Amino acid sequence: MTKMEATRDGYGQALLELADNEKIVVLEADLGKSTKSLHFRKAHPERTVSCGIGEQNMLLVAAGMAASGYIPFASTFAIFTERAFEQMRNGVARPNLPVHLCGSHGGTHTGTDGSSAQSIEDLAIYRTLPNVTVIHPSDSVSTRVLTKQLASSPSPSYMRTARNKTPVLYDDIGEDVIQIGKGIELKNGSDVAIIACGVLVSEALKAADLLAEEGIHATVVDMHTIKPLDANLVDAVSERCGSLVTAEDHSIIGGLGGAVAEHLSTTSGTPLERVGVNDRFGESGQAHEMLELMGLNAAHIVLAAKKSISRK
Amino acid sequence: MTTADELREVARKCRVHIVDMVYRAQAGHPGGSLSEIDLLTALYKTQLNVRPSEPKWEDRDRFILSKGHASPGMYAILAEMGFITVEDLESYRVLGGICQGHVDMKWCPGVDFSAGSLGMGLSFGMGTAIAARLDGSNRQTYVMLGDGEIQEGSVWEAAMASAHHELGNLNVILDRNRIQNDDFCETQMRMFDIPAKWKAFGWNVMEIDGHSMESIVEGLEFLGQSNDGPSILIAQTVKGKGISYMEDNPSFHGAAPNDEQYAQAMKELGVSA
Repeated sequence: MTKMEATRDGYGQALLELADNEKIVVLEADLGKSTKSLHFRKAHPERTVSCGIGEQNMLLVAAGMAASGYIPFASTFAIFTERAFEQMRNGVARPNLPVHLCGSHGGTHTGTDGSSAQSIEDLAIYRTLPNVTVIHPSDSVSTRVLTKQLASSPSPSYMRTARNKTPVLYDDIGEDVIQIGKGIELKNGSDVAIIACGVLVSEALKAADLLAEEGIHATVVDMHTIKPLDANLVDAVSERCGSLVTAEDHSIIGGLGGAVAEHLSTTSGTPLERVGVNDRFGESGQAHEMLELMGLNAAHIVLAAKKSISRK
Repeated sequence: MTTADELREVARKCRVHIVDMVYRAQAGHPGGSLSEIDLLTALYKTQLNVRPSEPKWEDRDRFILSKGHASPGMYAILAEMGFITVEDLESYRVLGGICQGHVDMKWCPGVDFSAGSLGMGLSFGMGTAIAARLDGSNRQTYVMLGDGEIQEGSVWEAAMASAHHELGNLNVILDRNRIQNDDFCETQMRMFDIPAKWKAFGWNVMEIDGHSMESIVEGLEFLGQSNDGPSILIAQTVKGKGISYMEDNPSFHGAAPNDEQYAQAMKELGVSA
């Protein structure tokens, strides 16, 4: 039986493990129970700043603390971070202050709260900001590892985590393979490469198994860091496979698919099919229902892979 | 101890710098720089614990110019304090210059906040104040807000949160010059009873005459003594103060004087041709 955990739990665990460093501080906007920063708050209330339901203020309080030598981790729902986008742009990214913003409950996978809560554009908008690292981990282990690595980064970041449980992928794999800015090859095939992030990495693995039943051998990459994109790995799998698919629980505009397409447009021009939310809003539904409705699950990735292969 | 007359003389020199900068650049914001400059002069000369030769000294007081368009005023006092030189002022709005259009911590020594978008400085100041408390330091944070600026909703997020956290080391000076970009505040967005609003948010409040050095110094002492929570000085000022044709004139929020107006301004500031 596959072990299931939510990536937000990995985030909460990482904050606790980072707490030995007294410069680590946590900021909340009334959603600590949801983003999982609550564990840090319970253990270290003196280093946790409640900002009430005020995301714009939270981002800049974090900036002021970063400018005073602290390492702030601020979290709320992915969708509500967007309300503070200009604060992130002008107050954090522009002066390059190491504020680490985590948006939990990202994507349509967040489910029954409906379209108002399903951020499908966060990766795209934060990717446009100079200095900002953008990360969307696939499982709780990599979320924990990547969050801990962020603490020693001199620049700001945005990390999206997910509300609902997904398979734990890295229990048996050494943590040292998980590095900011380095995609991870989880399967090595030569017919098509599926480059995925977040909750769709496990769907991509399922798709690879389905393709293998038909004799099609797929590479699967966990591209947890959207920015800076691991262009060397994209080039390598592109050359080996000759056709690509990106898969993300995010708009097909501007996210992982956008990043890979931008890269390919100036390099190989390898056929690329983008699996993502096709320029529309979601609705209330269970996570698996949303992935089906939005065309994001393994079956849709299989179709996209075949289409990409046919364009070789 | 700096006397009120000495402060007035520094402020006069700063006004000359402000008009010079905006005239040279033929752009910028003279009105709000002239309204704030008496406040900045007294703050820097009598209160702020900073080291011009060591601008990044960790335990310095923080000054955050949230109304960052009024940068000529800040550059002028930074030059008079010795953080930058008078020659540096010539780089205002010039490519590669340290005096960027809006004050920027990445460009100019003595600047602790990258401003330019209104409604952000108080939140940032709340962060530096919390950091000081965590450090066990008595260093103070001073934030200057414009009156039009407090129409930004995020200011009130910060006002509520700062009172909640009882940040006695956080001090605001509000430049109540009654004019914003397009017109008088009264026309653009009435703000009704501003002192009552801050009191209702849990702040210590004092109103002062923002052009009387005696009144300003008294106000700064009030900030120093009010440590049970955040405090605000509401300074009644005149936009464009000191240059007759700019005073209380919305046209000089963001406009430079022409040759004739420049000559008149210098004359009014006691600079011989």
